[in-house]
Amino acid sequence: MSAQRELVAIPAWNEDASIAMVVDLVRKQRLGVEILVVDDGSTDRTADEALKAGARVVSLPFNVGVGGAMRTAFLYAQREGFEAVVQVDADGQHDPSDLGSLFDGLHDADIVVGSRFHPHSMYFVGGPRKWAMVLLSKALSRMNKSPISDPTSGFRAAGPRAISLFSTTYPAEYLGDTVGSLSIAIRNGLVIRETPVTMYYRAHGRPSKNALWSALYLGRATLALIATILKKPSPSKSDDA
Amino acid sequence: MTNTIIAAGASLVIFVFVFDLLRRGVLKEKYAVLWLFVAGIGLVFAIVPGLLDWLGASLGIGAPVNLLFFVMGVVLVLVSVQLSYELSRHEARIRRLAEEVALLKQQLDDPSRER
Repeated sequence: MSAQRELVAIPAWNEDASIAMVVDLVRKQRLGVEILVVDDGSTDRTADEALKAGARVVSLPFNVGVGGAMRTAFLYAQREGFEAVVQVDADGQHDPSDLGSLFDGLHDADIVVGSRFHPHSMYFVGGPRKWAMVLLSKALSRMNKSPISDPTSGFRAAGPRAISLFSTTYPAEYLGDTVGSLSIAIRNGLVIRETPVTMYYRAHGRPSKNALWSALYLGRATLALIATILKKPSPSKSDDA
Repeated sequence: MTNTIIAAGASLVIFVFVFDLLRRGVLKEKYAVLWLFVAGIGLVFAIVPGLLDWLGASLGIGAPVNLLFFVMGVVLVLVSVQLSYELSRHEARIRRLAEEVALLKQQLDDPSRER
């Protein structure tokens, strides 16, 4: 439909159980899209499985976290001339049937965030984690012109301006990759919209349910937000005041 | 007199140790200079005990040794913060290099690339 060159970036750390399936699903849902798996220092067969499934693979020499992996993806996208990048999780949490609305949303926005909080959503969170999300959402919606109901969503699309900005400035800290990157984008004058998506609970690994972890999450989320709000806008891009 | 000897001895040991590290190329000059400076100051105060008393008195501090502890604390905190800064910068640079290495490796391995 659209002539823009599209890339689906999948950061993956030891996901050889699910990576091939995710790559397959993405290809079926979005015909003609290029798929890049950023192997984030995996010690299992993630890279091999991804290659076998037909994805392009960039292998980092050691684990740098989701933020670092995504910056690598944006760098790759910029150098290879891609105009749209959608991030998809390697664990099957994101439903590739939402790819269309994310990519198409880029026609009138620089970043499209897939939100799991909408009337038809089946996704629920509670406790301190919920409070953290609400707090972050309020703060970011206020900075942005339009609401951002799910700022910690990793299921999102980036257009040319966002790719160029993120290829140098995508934050690698914890929560920086989601909340921090939105804050940087807003401060650099990028247009952010959101679109409803479906998200599944993680099939395995990091269930993160206990109270101490949630309290830590809230604390770090707040710190991450304060840090990015106080951070100076990127000097490398000249189109900000 | 014993105090003087112990303090001066400790300062000298640090001085010689740091100098040896510098000589063997293990320690970068900028850090070596910092520690040599700290050791040097310590040595001066050890050899001239009256200096600390005089300085404490002229600053209005009752026990001059508190001045010593205070200044030492401040110096150590400053050095730690400086080291954290250096460490953060190195982490960022190493990550950047890792990204470049990964992209280069991909370019080399990708058979579909013929530009």
